[in-house]
Amino acid sequence: MSGVPWGETRLVQGNEAVALGAIASGIDFFAGYPITPSTEVAEILARELPPMGGKWIQMEDEIASVSAIVGASLAGARSMTATSGPGFSLMQEGLGYACMTEVPIVIVNVMRAGPSTGLPTQVSQADVMQARWGTHGDHPVIALVPCSVAECFHLTVKAFHLAEAFRTPVIVLSDEIIGHMRERFTFPAKGEVQPVPLSEPNVPVEWYEHYHHTASGVSPMARFGRGYRFHVTGLTHDIHGFPTRRIDEVVPKMNRLKQKITRRLDVLEHNEELGVQESGVVIFAYGSVYRSALAAREILARKKKKVGVFRPVTIWPFPDKTVKKNLDNKDVIVVCELNQGQLIHEVERLTSDQVRVVPLQRYDGYGITPEQIVSKVMEVS
Amino acid sequence: MAAHLPYEYIYLRYKKKFPHVWCPGCGIGIVMGSIIRAVDFMKWNMNDILLVSGIGCTSRMPVYLDFNTLHTTHGRALAFGTGAKLANPSLKVIAVMGDGDALAIGGNHLIHSARRNIEITTIVVNNNNYGMTGGQFSPTTPVGALTTTTPYGMMEPVFDICSLAGGAGAVYVGRSTVFHVMELDKIIAGALSKDGFSLVEVMSPCPTNYGRANRIGDAVKMMESLQENTVTIAQAEKLSPEQREGKIVRGVFVDRDDNEGYTSRYGKLCAKAAEEVSRREVH
Ligand SMILES: Cc1ncc(C[n+]2csc(CCOP(=O)(O)OP(=O)(O)O)c2C)c(N)n1
Ligand code: SF4
Repeated sequence: MSGVPWGETRLVQGNEAVALGAIASGIDFFAGYPITPSTEVAEILARELPPMGGKWIQMEDEIASVSAIVGASLAGARSMTATSGPGFSLMQEGLGYACMTEVPIVIVNVMRAGPSTGLPTQVSQADVMQARWGTHGDHPVIALVPCSVAECFHLTVKAFHLAEAFRTPVIVLSDEIIGHMRERFTFPAKGEVQPVPLSEPNVPVEWYEHYHHTASGVSPMARFGRGYRFHVTGLTHDIHGFPTRRIDEVVPKMNRLKQKITRRLDVLEHNEELGVQESGVVIFAYGSVYRSALAAREILARKKKKVGVFRPVTIWPFPDKTVKKNLDNKDVIVVCELNQGQLIHEVERLTSDQVRVVPLQRYDGYGITPEQIVSKVMEVS
Repeated sequence: MAAHLPYEYIYLRYKKKFPHVWCPGCGIGIVMGSIIRAVDFMKWNMNDILLVSGIGCTSRMPVYLDFNTLHTTHGRALAFGTGAKLANPSLKVIAVMGDGDALAIGGNHLIHSARRNIEITTIVVNNNNYGMTGGQFSPTTPVGALTTTTPYGMMEPVFDICSLAGGAGAVYVGRSTVFHVMELDKIIAGALSKDGFSLVEVMSPCPTNYGRANRIGDAVKMMESLQENTVTIAQAEKLSPEQREGKIVRGVFVDRDDNEGYTSRYGKLCAKAAEEVSRREVH
């Protein structure tokens, strides 16, 4: 295959859909380091990018990979890397740098079981908190979790758009099941998905401020080599990008970094809800587990047991208000995740004592089955 | 460019960024001056230059210069620079780093950048220690030297920066000192003119930490020792092994044209890939 098979219906693998979603978004630059279960993304792009004149490089490690994509993005390329747990740990340094310097990049983490080398070929969702808090310091983050091959494609496209729109790294948190499964997928028709337009400053060179204050908190970004000479540093900086320790510059920078994300939940929030309103019992699930939750809901319906399903697609920023509004009046919420309890704490934080928040966790490298969810629901309600 | 103007008016962000952070007597400013003169000699457009650095006293340099400037994380200047260069090969990328930045935390990036032969000129300011963090040992601290983390004397052997870079594939490798400024200007200009990975090691005093810990004396004394303890390649050849003992050799050790730069090879790879794909599609 060569390029995106626009409009065609095919059997596509999740990681392949990520790679093709990146191409559809107009990816110019990929840097990576091989790691299971994400390697297909790098391999497919190694084949696809050079004939299109796109840049592809295998770096010496993941720190170098994330650093390279930040450098590339500053030089005008839509840039992405793909990795899994151990590599994602190494990328935290560059992820934080991109947050601080407000450089758009996309990082795909196809989650596998840890800690450490763990179960390299098996699934987990145990990097959810690392995605949020893995790099040091207060920082904003956007993370999207696909539950299907189709979403691997569409959320990758979305990630490129959000990265550019918010001038920030966006993480696509896939997992081994989603990355390696194959599903029927119809690619969008040609022209339906456009390459992400890169912002450009619309002021004379002398007026350019790399971190200009705007109502949204995000300003158009110049790129290296186009006449706007600016400074980029991971040190806390003023609106020009020059280091500062002035409280009246440090605090606005930190506030803006946070608020450009937290104040835009209208754009960022993305959930899926099925029968939540009319059910006292809700299954909370995301990523591959969501598929089992859907199947479980059907089995339960056949048993005349009505349950709702709530799924955050954008898990960071977390949909605080919606969870509080829609789930705080439930009897039972079964939080299903492939870890020892990560997003469950967010749900607990947002619900009162009357709501029973019940965990269903699996961390043995296998997915949660519909049957497990069914029996958990029967047990607790 | 108006040649009669002092360089600082052309290349420095003089309105915004001075005074600089470096200690009195530090050699890093002299290296900055050399880089300015070498860039001026090349007649490059400032809009095309990307000056990238890691973390450390040396790596503070980019903020003062009116190029595209990128102050990254400790050790990673070459990884960021590689991304920028490959993304936009028309950028002229110069990396400045300290010895710890380049050889300890960033050692792996250095050898792989040299192996790839990415078109970046790397300037390593070797002050024999970690300046910014208060004078701990680095991979270039001489055996026996005192630093805050070698209170009984440095026990590990040193890295020879130039041999390392040459061995890893750099097309141009040179060494000079901040005492030998005219020579340094020339060696840096030589490095800038190469279409591949080039590296210049600059011996530079850190009077505040290394000088004081080892009682070498003040900045002037340290400059004098750069004069006394170094010889050119030609001078070294005339010395007996005993006379050469302890002397550091200055000059250009590698200057080759037989290794094509990475982005240029990448361009050819793209052409070949496009041809293969179109051939496949015809069949
Ligand atoms: C990941 C990381 N580790 C450690 C540090 C602390 N640190 C800052 S500069 C530096 C060493 C600087 O020494 P060198 O690279 O030789 O440069 P110099 O300051 O001497 O110019 C260290 C260890 C850091 N900033 N980041
Ligand atoms: S600590 Fe040393 S290297 Fe750093 S500015 Fe001072 S003299 Fe220069």
